Amino acid sequence: MTYPSDWRAPSMLGSPGRRMALLAVLAAYLVWAIGSLEIDWDRMVRGLPRALDIFSRMMPPDVGDRWPLLWRGMIESIQMAIGSTLIGMALAIPLGLAASRNLAPRPIYLFARGLIVVGRTFHEVLIAIFFVKLFGFGPVAGLITLAFASATFLGKMLAEDIENIQPGPVEAIRSTGASFLQIVAHAVAPQVIVKTLGVLIYRLDANLRHSTVVGIVGAGGIGATLSSSFSRYDYDFAAAILLTIAALVAFGEWFSDWARRQIR
Amino acid sequence: MSSTTSGRGATAAAILEVRDLDKTYPTGQRALIQAHLTVDAPQVIAIIGSSGAGKSTFIRCINRLVEPSRGSVRLHGLELTQLDRRGLRDARRRIGMIFQEFNLVQRLTVMQNVLCGRLGTVGLWQTLRWRFPPEDIRSAFELLDRVGLSGYPNQRADALSGGQRQRVGIARALMQQPELLLVDEPTASLDPKTSRQIMRLIRELAVERSTPALVNIHDVALARAFADRIIAFKAGELVFDGAPADLTDDALTLIYGAEDWTLGQRSAGAEEGEA
Repeated sequence: MTYPSDWRAPSMLGSPGRRMALLAVLAAYLVWAIGSLEIDWDRMVRGLPRALDIFSRMMPPDVGDRWPLLWRGMIESIQMAIGSTLIGMALAIPLGLAASRNLAPRPIYLFARGLIVVGRTFHEVLIAIFFVKLFGFGPVAGLITLAFASATFLGKMLAEDIENIQPGPVEAIRSTGASFLQIVAHAVAPQVIVKTLGVLIYRLDANLRHSTVVGIVGAGGIGATLSSSFSRYDYDFAAAILLTIAALVAFGEWFSDWARRQIR
Repeated sequence: MSSTTSGRGATAAAILEVRDLDKTYPTGQRALIQAHLTVDAPQVIAIIGSSGAGKSTFIRCINRLVEPSRGSVRLHGLELTQLDRRGLRDARRRIGMIFQEFNLVQRLTVMQNVLCGRLGTVGLWQTLRWRFPPEDIRSAFELLDRVGLSGYPNQRADALSGGQRQRVGIARALMQQPELLLVDEPTASLDPKTSRQIMRLIRELAVERSTPALVNIHDVALARAFADRIIAFKAGELVFDGAPADLTDDALTLIYGAEDWTLGQRSAGAEEGEA
């Protein structure tokens, strides 16, 4: 008995004809997309020396007598990050409980899930623009923006964690005659606390980065300082700010890593 | 039937009286059909039957972890099926439950798990800070000692062996000072020797405290060895209620379907000899 020695894995895209058709569609799209972008090569070439000019004027980075500006911006950003993470967590706990299929009654569950979907539809920068319109320029708008975004993010993560807990301990605690809040505190919370703290620290780290961005649309913090230094052509100061942000983000990364290793 | 007035201490009332209990799940599955049971003495009652026969549904309908579709459950004359949320919590407090998978809260310590048995009697704010009344703490230590875990109060529950975890589960249920114990497959996750030790412990504690216990159990030999009375479900219907001695081969065939029971009986006899 002889067996064939030739075998090919089945193609993901199906028959050869279908494969060719898909490739043709892809090629047509690329030609159309590149053609319709109206890339102006002249403009790009003229941009190059400008880039070199900016970079050369950034070097060396210089703060000069603008330390207070830099300092105030950084403090604002850090406060914004910490404050919004804490407010976000406080809001995320009820939201996450309400959005857990295994705890909340159906209508509440659907409402909370809807809130999360809507909240997560828009990027932080868009929300920041909205809150700047509402509350004017400054860190308050940034704080509310990031608190709102953190609440929906943390709420979603928490709800997913709660939906994955073991039902047994919940049943056991319920059978002792415990109230709903006692069930949450003594059967649900112990099962999700470690992961939630991990997510919380990750979010703090993310908010640190976001806080440097939302300032650009007027929501305060170091981003606002950076944005105005660019528009005043203070490139050496801008470079100093960028380096400080990089240091802050690196610190946040390290802290997040360290803190998550501490809780087990 | 005697006209039982509501409330505890009604003289004519049995400890537990289940009548015409039906449970139909939303899927249409009829898990219980006209189940009835009267417990008027603090006995250990084993509930046997195939998987899916309704044993688990039956005991969960008593403390309404599963909501019965129809019928009556009375604990010392108090109708449990009609209770509102508040009343139900009060009633659950009076019924201790022990589980197959132990259902301990893994990240909590042994002591915390045992104290959870008092959650129904202590306010949320105190339980959040683990401040329980001194008499609760004393009885927790006493119970831990009784179940053989006196050296373990601050061990985390997930660091214990299966048998030890079930002992914590037993202590948690007894912390409630229950008037009735519901026990769901207490030994199904344990080895044969630990199973016998756990069943013996449950029996001893039930007798010591004159607390009746309803014990779902797969193992017919264990049921015979440790129960005062055996009831059996088949496809949601109660098909046997009698003393262990009445559980003949014919009765087993009625409960489980045709099978050669002699081999099972020989091993059951051997086990009894060892004990």
